[in-house]
Amino acid sequence: MPVLARIIEAAGIPTVIVTMMPALADKFHATRTLGVEFPFGHAFGMPHDPEMQRAVALAALALYERHPAQPNTPLRVDLAIPWPVEQKVAYKTWQPPEAAPIVRYNQQLAAQAANENA
Amino acid sequence: MAQNDHASVDSYRFLPQSFRANFEAFPEQPDSYVRAEPHVPLAEAKVALLTTAGIYLKDSQPPFDLDRERREPLWGDPTYRVIPSNVRQDQIGVSHLHVNGDDIRDDINIALPIPLFHQLAAEAKFGSLAKDHYSFMGYQGASTDAWRTQYGPEIARNLADDAVNLVILAPA
Repeated sequence: MPVLARIIEAAGIPTVIVTMMPALADKFHATRTLGVEFPFGHAFGMPHDPEMQRAVALAALALYERHPAQPNTPLRVDLAIPWPVEQKVAYKTWQPPEAAPIVRYNQQLAAQAANENA
Repeated sequence: MAQNDHASVDSYRFLPQSFRANFEAFPEQPDSYVRAEPHVPLAEAKVALLTTAGIYLKDSQPPFDLDRERREPLWGDPTYRVIPSNVRQDQIGVSHLHVNGDDIRDDINIALPIPLFHQLAAEAKFGSLAKDHYSFMGYQGASTDAWRTQYGPEIARNLADDAVNLVILAPA
């Protein structure tokens, strides 16, 4: 995502990234980042919660005209909206029904390594 | 619903523990900083949205290539879909093997909030909504080269041609 934002910025168009992983956006020195502590797949909040979604959207729009504290440095704002679902439930429900191929691939590599070391 | 300029969000709260070390070890990319300055005030700005949630139009666009990703786990489909501003909820599909798309199929506003931004534009919270928005599938496996060299520059040109002033991007 920061890769695409950088290309768009380089074309002269300001961007705002709304992300549940602002630490990763920080690694890319992303220009304008709005951090949200939401599950993956839910950058703008809970389904059918217009108040929450609206708060995220307005906060993202507000970063457009805002300047960083120091010129030519990344601007990051974190939004303090709590996720209204119990952690264990929220952690489980954002995930896909089946493990992603890369997860199974890494598990197979780990199993092979364990067998070779046995 | 206060904003907090300090880094208060826990980026790893919902991430499986086994992934955390890889993200934390990802090297900093300080050379990637670029800042485009606003050319018009927000009240006049044309806004486009971009998601990596794997959204596509069920009846007129192919889904992202998940079969190839299943065969080649280190590969992710780098293409994108144009989602028009007049999209309806019942037109969208979600193809993404790394997130559960059920909530997006139920309410597109959580990932690509076109209906919400129509409402905000009507309330003059910003200038106008672009005619086209963009959807990628966020898992890119071992390489983002196709994004960097082909698809990223392509959508940047399209956004410029559409006189877009601000792009709001949201990863899945």
